[in-house]
Amino acid sequence: MMRFDSALGLESRRGPFATAGKILAYSGMLVVFTGPLVGLLISAFNKTLDPTSFTWWPDEFTFDNFVHAADRNVYRYLFNSFVVVGFGLLLQMIVSVFAAYSLARKKFRGMSVVMLIMLTTMMLPEEIIAIPLSLVLADLPVLHLNLIGTYAGMILPVGAWGFSILVMTEFMKEVPVELEEAARIDGAGELRTFFTIILPLCRPALGVIGVFGFTMIWDQYLLPLIVAPEAGMWTLPIALRSLRSDEEVGIGVLLAATLLALLPSIVAFLAFQRQFMRGLTSGAVKG
Amino acid sequence: MTPTPTPARPQTAAPGRTPGRARRRGALIAWAFLAPALLLFLYFKFIPMFTGLMMSFQEIRYIDSTWVGLDNYATILTDEAFRSAIWHSLVLALGTTAGSLVFGLGLALLIEGPARYLWFVRTAAFLPVVVTMAAVAEVWRIMYHPGDTGTLNMILGWVGIAPQPFLADEDSSLLSIMVMSIWRGTPYDMMIFLAGLVGIDRTLYEAAAVDGASTWRRLRHITLPALRPVFWILFTLAAIRGLRVFVEVYVLTNGGPNGSSEVLMTLIYKLGFQTGELGIASAGGIVLFAATLALTVLVQLMRRRQSA
Repeated sequence: MMRFDSALGLESRRGPFATAGKILAYSGMLVVFTGPLVGLLISAFNKTLDPTSFTWWPDEFTFDNFVHAADRNVYRYLFNSFVVVGFGLLLQMIVSVFAAYSLARKKFRGMSVVMLIMLTTMMLPEEIIAIPLSLVLADLPVLHLNLIGTYAGMILPVGAWGFSILVMTEFMKEVPVELEEAARIDGAGELRTFFTIILPLCRPALGVIGVFGFTMIWDQYLLPLIVAPEAGMWTLPIALRSLRSDEEVGIGVLLAATLLALLPSIVAFLAFQRQFMRGLTSGAVKG
Repeated sequence: MTPTPTPARPQTAAPGRTPGRARRRGALIAWAFLAPALLLFLYFKFIPMFTGLMMSFQEIRYIDSTWVGLDNYATILTDEAFRSAIWHSLVLALGTTAGSLVFGLGLALLIEGPARYLWFVRTAAFLPVVVTMAAVAEVWRIMYHPGDTGTLNMILGWVGIAPQPFLADEDSSLLSIMVMSIWRGTPYDMMIFLAGLVGIDRTLYEAAAVDGASTWRRLRHITLPALRPVFWILFTLAAIRGLRVFVEVYVLTNGGPNGSSEVLMTLIYKLGFQTGELGIASAGGIVLFAATLALTVLVQLMRRRQSA
């Protein structure tokens, strides 16, 4: 009797040909999807570099590329990236958790309008509003602040994210109402209930919006491009383009910087893999 | 933190008896918790959206801007550069979407299963999705080196294919960008398809096997129909993402050579930030938004008709 753990039932196929086929297919996948990243990793630590190609077989291990990277301000860009992602993520998570609490636990007039607003912002790709956004950032309406060339200009626009709010809302709806009512009967105020009852129960969802928010903010490109005209404020992703041609050290600094730009998201993904997968399916399948 | 005294009397959930004041207070709290999100959306989404719409009807100059009605839109639809950019965006969006869907589904079927090593392959294959686009594009730009010692050209050489110019040639630049986008889009689609595959009732497969159905028939009559909703969601998401593509093109070719890979967003960026044609650039943004909206509505309608 065949067992069906999968649609094709490949796992129950034994025998030398099936096994060889499977090994070939899976290692092929590994080579195609991780090969380029591995090539970068090896090359970034290699002494002699070919500017036209990755080095697949290292001849001499070195940190030189990372040392030279300091001369080209790479660590300054990395620092900027971390400032933006650190404060941006903190703001984004606080904003999402607050908004979700309202949407999941409160009943009030205008709620459907607010939901519509959230969905509209998710439909609206940020690329499309880039030009007017640059004008708004240069002179905030009513407040008349100029955020061009500041960290705030890169942080505030990512502060509210519809995806995070909706994921959080869905999760908070699952928290049983009885717990909240019990706290209220004990005399706990609104904020106490929120911080001592609701928030601790939402820790898994915080992981989901945290890891998604991190990759989303780290991946920002157009926003820092319009906010940071001066090189001193560049984030690492937008700085990569300017590191391409270096007469003295060749391609090495670019490789080191690219690796530094890749690693944080990979680390975040591997550390929060389960939360990432959960967010992926809930976000995509529910629209 | 809470200066307002909370009522000592517990409020029960019976909605009919809730006093009006308490309900108003509840609504007030709800809006207070929503305020940061709404304020940020207002400032960084809706005001720019509105500003963009207004700008699209004007010729923007430093001193004074003049109202030009639909002239900017007329320019977009007639201008040769815009027409070809729209065409490139469509080709890139459709090609990337189709490629990622086909490969994503194929790989999902290949790799479905509970075994530990499959989990490992899945995780590793997913890495391209999570890493920064800008870095991915740098990696591919290096691999696309047109010389015969370039990484991809060396691999092509092993199977006897002559060196390709990739990004450096007008005929292959757009296709090269597409290949990279498919590489990054495939693992994403694969993961979503896998989530859909897990949800399929195993007993259906067994019943089909008992009835003597072949693998192909099982796939065609059980698996694929069950994946239909997932397919439409992925199609919409990928098509929208494809239309608004910017970083990939900006980093790899910046629209070149000779405009052969110019897409709508790179053209808008150049007009807005390099030539200062803010009105036309804004109109381009509005057109892109309209296309995105139309596509989403269209797909929703098609889905509804199919499931009805």
